[in-house]
Amino acid sequence: MDWQGQKLAEQLMQILLLAFAVVAFATGYFMASFQMMIITYFGGVALTTLVTGPNWPFYNRHPLKWLDPSEVEKHPKPQPSASSTSKKKPVKK
Amino acid sequence: MHSFGYRANALLTLAITLLALMCAMASFSDNINSPSPSAHVQVLNINWFQKQPNGNDEVSMTMNISADLQSLFTWNTKQVFVFLAAEYETPKNSLNQISLWDGIIPSKEHAKFWIHTSNKYRFIDQGRNLRGKEFNLTMHWHVMPKTGKMSEDKIVMPGYRLPEEYR
Repeated sequence: MDWQGQKLAEQLMQILLLAFAVVAFATGYFMASFQMMIITYFGGVALTTLVTGPNWPFYNRHPLKWLDPSEVEKHPKPQPSASSTSKKKPVKK
Repeated sequence: MHSFGYRANALLTLAITLLALMCAMASFSDNINSPSPSAHVQVLNINWFQKQPNGNDEVSMTMNISADLQSLFTWNTKQVFVFLAAEYETPKNSLNQISLWDGIIPSKEHAKFWIHTSNKYRFIDQGRNLRGKEFNLTMHWHVMPKTGKMSEDKIVMPGYRLPEEYR
């Protein structure tokens, strides 16, 4: 997931869970059944997991721009010098 | 939110927090309910009334117990525990409570009942004070919710009296 996707996933998760909590409570209260509230709510939790859990494509619409490989070759990574540093003794703590 | 595990953890935590909130609201909704229970007990017969070898009085009686506790049930009620207690005063104790009968009411349909029974538990005094004793029969109940706090209440029915002599 890219950054935008992660933000979307988090917001979707919070809104969906809150909405299902409200719907579940109302369902249970007006049907006078505690069991209906629990069933509705956990159905909602399962649905939310399905929507926000896996890495769906629509969470990747703003992919990160990594540095192009040809640019990397132009700036080689500095190597440690072999003469003095390799004989360095480890620092005793 | 960079991995499935991270998102699953956040989701589960929020889901359980909201569940706790819903249960608190369900428990709170019980306060909206204003119950109007009723009960009536008729003592049909004193089966026997004797002094035990250890010196304590004991009485056995047959009763008709009827009650309508349907208004106590809400969507958040798991069961109602009800018991009938004989209450009286003696020189030794300012209040004696003897449980004569109890039962569990699992649902609203069973809450309106009428039973004909002898006392389920023995009515034994601490001493020899029961001859001619006036006593109250009090129906107590405990409402046990599915979530939240248990509440209790009672109905006092005065005006019962034991015989003057053993039989």
